[in-house]
Amino acid sequence: MSVAPVEVSRPETDQRAELDQPWLTIVWNDPVNLMDYVTYVFQRVFGYSKAKAEKLMLDVHHKGRAVVAAGAREAMERNAETLHGYGLWATVSHDA
Amino acid sequence: MAGFRATSDGVTARFAKPEAVIIRDLVGQVVELVAADMPPPASDDLAALVGLTEDPGLADDAGLPEDPVLARLLPDGYRDDPDAAHEFRRFTESGLRSAKVESARTLLDTLPAGGGKVRLSSDQAEAWLRSLNDVRLALGVRLGVTDDYDGLGEDVQADDPRYAYIQVYQWLAYIQESLVAALS
Repeated sequence: MSVAPVEVSRPETDQRAELDQPWLTIVWNDPVNLMDYVTYVFQRVFGYSKAKAEKLMLDVHHKGRAVVAAGAREAMERNAETLHGYGLWATVSHDA
Repeated sequence: MAGFRATSDGVTARFAKPEAVIIRDLVGQVVELVAADMPPPASDDLAALVGLTEDPGLADDAGLPEDPVLARLLPDGYRDDPDAAHEFRRFTESGLRSAKVESARTLLDTLPAGGGKVRLSSDQAEAWLRSLNDVRLALGVRLGVTDDYDGLGEDVQADDPRYAYIQVYQWLAYIQESLVAALS
């Protein structure tokens, strides 16, 4: 499922740029997770309406990934951790 | 079995003995895998005391597990940033492993080995969902389920060792779906 990351050195990030640009929680498509289950998890974890959760689930399904939340880095990491608890394939990213 | 349904006092389902045996066996296998190389409690008390290590059990080179099932159950938190992925894992992996074991324990505690009626509170139902999903993820990896191959391939004949597992994989999806529906 996961591709081995390429070794790259991490450039020093500009503090101000970090504040300006939110971090993202991304959920990747997965052939095993059930559509109804993914919708349920989005509702449960983020408190999204069923309609919003379903739209995000379909984005994941059809586009291969979806941004499910944006904000502070720590909050996005907590999201990813929570989603991993549900078996969803989630990552944190600084750019879309 | 008819799957889970919502009742006035929680969600319920009835499992025949062979069904309970299969689920308990698979959940037990996931627990074994997830708990197998779980970090032991901190042995270096002094280091822990002075805060030298955040998570003494995880080696500094902790990366994506080699076993593809474990790699799927404990995925990287960053995709293109190995350093950040490493840090994320250092702080979250042992907690994630414990949570998975905990969910599995709840399932095992509420599913009688001899089968019968299962009645779940909403917290227990959550644990079942997570645990059933972990089992399906594990089976999915072992069966090689991909977007193009859902395990239903007609190339898998009844004498293929994968055949029985494909049936179980689909049956677990049905149970999980019924549980999601009962909770919605």
